[in-house]
Amino acid sequence: MKELRSRDITRALLRDIEKKTHELGGPVRVMEVCGTHTMTIHRYGLKPALEEAGIDMVPGPGCPVCITPNEIHEACLDLLTERENLILASFGDMTRVPTERGSLQTVVPARSSRLKIVYSPEESLELARANPDKEVVFFGVGFETTIPSIAFTAKKAHREGLVNYSVVAALWLIPPALRAILEAGETAIAGFLYPGHVSAIIGARAYEFIPKEYGLAGAIAGFEPNDILLGITAILDQIRNGRPGVANEYRRAVSSSGNPLARAIMQEILEEKDATWRGLGRIPWSGLKLRAPYAAFDAVEKFRLRLNERSGDLAGCRCGEILRGIIPPPRCPLFIASCNPESPRGPCMVSFEGACYIYYKFGRHERSRKA
Amino acid sequence: MCLGIPARVTQIDDSGLGKVDYLGTKIRVNFSLLENIMPGDWVIVHAGFAISKLDEQEAQETLFLLREIAAKEDDREAGA
Amino acid sequence: MTNPDRAKKISLELGSGGRMMRDFIARSVVPAFRNPFLDELSDSCHLPQGVAFTTDSYVVDPIFFPGGDIGSLAVNGTVNDLVVSGAIPKYISLAIILEEGLDVEDLDRVFKSIRRAARKARVLVTTGDTKVVRRGQADKIYVNTSGVGRVVARPRPQAARPGDKIIVTGTLGEHSLAVMLARDDFGFEARVRSDCAPLSYLLPLWKKGALWMRDITRGGLATILTELVEKLPCSLLLEEEAIPLSRAVRAAAEILGIDPLYLACEGRAVVIAPEKRADLVLKAIRNHPLGKRAAIVGQVDDKAGKPGELLLRTMTGGLRLLDPLTSELLPRIC
Repeated sequence: MKELRSRDITRALLRDIEKKTHELGGPVRVMEVCGTHTMTIHRYGLKPALEEAGIDMVPGPGCPVCITPNEIHEACLDLLTERENLILASFGDMTRVPTERGSLQTVVPARSSRLKIVYSPEESLELARANPDKEVVFFGVGFETTIPSIAFTAKKAHREGLVNYSVVAALWLIPPALRAILEAGETAIAGFLYPGHVSAIIGARAYEFIPKEYGLAGAIAGFEPNDILLGITAILDQIRNGRPGVANEYRRAVSSSGNPLARAIMQEILEEKDATWRGLGRIPWSGLKLRAPYAAFDAVEKFRLRLNERSGDLAGCRCGEILRGIIPPPRCPLFIASCNPESPRGPCMVSFEGACYIYYKFGRHERSRKA
Repeated sequence: MCLGIPARVTQIDDSGLGKVDYLGTKIRVNFSLLENIMPGDWVIVHAGFAISKLDEQEAQETLFLLREIAAKEDDREAGA
Repeated sequence: MTNPDRAKKISLELGSGGRMMRDFIARSVVPAFRNPFLDELSDSCHLPQGVAFTTDSYVVDPIFFPGGDIGSLAVNGTVNDLVVSGAIPKYISLAIILEEGLDVEDLDRVFKSIRRAARKARVLVTTGDTKVVRRGQADKIYVNTSGVGRVVARPRPQAARPGDKIIVTGTLGEHSLAVMLARDDFGFEARVRSDCAPLSYLLPLWKKGALWMRDITRGGLATILTELVEKLPCSLLLEEEAIPLSRAVRAAAEILGIDPLYLACEGRAVVIAPEKRADLVLKAIRNHPLGKRAAIVGQVDDKAGKPGELLLRTMTGGLRLLDPLTSELLPRIC
C-alpha cells in the first residue's frame, strides 16, 4: 500500500488542492477532529505543505487524555494514594497529566498499592484475575474507538463474577462534541476532517446531522498522508459544488453503518449521560456510564469517589481554547517557555496526541536554549 | 485517539481470542467486537481489540485511484 | 506552578537520560565537584598518562532478558564508554548490591554472564565489592562497574565539517524493546533480543579517520546527537528513510507509538566520519558480524538548519527539528 505514502502522489494531490483553494478565493479552514490525524499531519510534514496549498488545519477536541477534566484524574490520584492493596491500571498518557497534586506517575502510592500501565483493557482484567487479593481499578478513557472494548471488558468481568475489578469510566462521544463546537460558533471552519477509527465504530451516518443542520462540509479519512489529502480534496469539492455532505474517504475500514456489534455491546453495558469536557464544558448526552446491572464495576460508586468539579486547569493553561479550535498552540502564552514536554502545564502537552505536544515535537519554531 | 493498525489475522479461536501479523510481528488480539473473522482477513487493531474488518475491494479501489493520480503525474512531468 | 513533588524530591525522570537528567547534573552535581576532568562531562574521562576512566551503575529490570542480563550489560556498557572515548578497555571493577532473598542460582548466572562478557571484551575484573541489604531495600541486584583503559585516540568533534557523514553501526532500539517486552509484552509475540554487545571492534576506526563516536544508550540516537550538535557551529541532518530498524522495532513503533530515535541500545554506536573517509569507515564496520546493518544515516550540514540544530528529513521530504528526550517513553493509547 505504498501509494498511500508516495511522495509523487502527495505532490499531485497538494497541487490539486492548491488549485481548488485558489478558485475558492482564499484559505480554507478545516478542523481535524482526531488527535491521530493531527499527529499524521504534522509528522509527515503536511501542515506546512497544506498551508502553502491554502488549507489551514485546526486541531480539534479529539484527544481523550486532553478532554478528561482534572477532577477525574484527582479521583484516581485519591484512589492510588489513599487505598492500600490497590492496583490502578491506566493507559500510559493519562499517568503524566499534571494536576495541583501531581500526576499518577509522580505521587507516592499507598502501601502495597501501585500504578500499572496497560495498553489494552484486557490487560486490566488479567491483572484482576492474577491478583485476587488486590483491588484492580481500570482508568478507562476513550472515545468510541475504545469504548466498545472497555464495555466488553466490563461485561466479561461481570460474567466471570470478579469482585475485585472496577472501572473509572471517562468515556466521551464525538458527535455531541462536534455539535457543541458548532453551536458555540467560535471558530469559522469550512469543514471537518472526521476521525477514521471512531467512524469505523459509529459509521458515516453518525455525522449526517452536520451538513443537514449546519451546512458544513466533511470527510472521513484514513491515517496515511495521502488518505488525509483525499479527505481534504473531498471537502473542497463539496464546498465548490455547494453540496455539503459526509464523504467517506476511508471506505476500506469504514461503512455507513459502522460496527453494529461493537455498538450493541456499548448499548448493553453503558448508557448515555451528560458530561463535562475540559474546555468545552457541560455537553448533554456526551458521556457514558455503566448501566445499573453493572454498577458493581463502577469505581466511582464502589469507592464513593468525590468528583470535585471545581478542580480546574493549572493557572494560565489554555488547553480549553485549543481543544475548541479557537487558538493554535503557539498562541498560548505558556507554549514552550513554561509549558513543554518536560514540565507540562496541561494535558495538551502531555498526550502524544495533544495538539501542543505535536506542535512542539514536529514544528520548526524558535526554542530558547537552556544555559 | 484513533491509533489503529492494519494487520492480517493469523489465528482465531472460539473464545474470540487470536493473533494477527503486523509487519512480520505477531500480536495477541481480541476479536469479540467483530463477526465471521477468518485467518487471512485484514483487520484494524486498536488497544488490543480488532475493531473493523478491512474491505479488500475498497482498498483496491483506493489504490487504483491513487495509481491513476500517479500516472497522470508522470505524464505531466514527462510533458514538462 | 510546577509539580510540588518534583521541586524537593527526586523524580524518576531524573534517571531517564534525557534533558532533565543533564540539567540536574549540570546544576547539582558538577558544581559540587568542579575540576577540569569532570567539567568535560564526557562518559569517560582522559586522565594523565594516557589513562581513561569511566563508571556506570546498572539497575535494569528485569535482570534477565532475551539477549542479555544485568551482568553482560554491566561489562559491555563500561567497555563501550571507553571505546567510544578513544581508549582500549583493560580493567574493570565490579561492585554489587544484593537484596536479601535473591536466589544464589540467579547470582551465579549473572557472574557467569559477567565472566563471558569480560572474556569477549578482553577486560579483567580486578577488584570489587559486595553488599547485602534487607529484602525490599533493593530490587534483586544493582551493579556498578568502573573501567580503566589505555587512550589511543582523541575524539575531535570540532573538526567536523558540512558533508561529513553520520554512521550508525546497526539497527536501533532492540535493547529497549527487549527489556520493555520482558517486563510486559503488550500482546506482542515477537522474540526481540537485546543488542547488548562490546564495541571494541570499532577501535581501529580511530586510525581510519573517525572524528567522534558515541554508544547509543539512554535517550537514543536523537538525544546523543543533540548533545553533540550543541557544541558544533553547524547542524546535523538525519534521513528518516536511512535509519536501519528491525521489523519488530518498526512494528512496535507503530503500535505502541514509540519513536525509535529515542530508544536505547547497548551495542550500537554512532560515528562521525569525514566525507572522504566515510565509505571506508562504513566498509570496516560492515566487515564485522556486529556491524552488518551499519548505514550512513545523515550528515553534518550547514544549509538545512541553524547551527546547533538536529534535523530529520522525513519520509515525505519535510524537515523536522529533533529534541533530546525529555521524559520516559510510554506506550500510547488511542
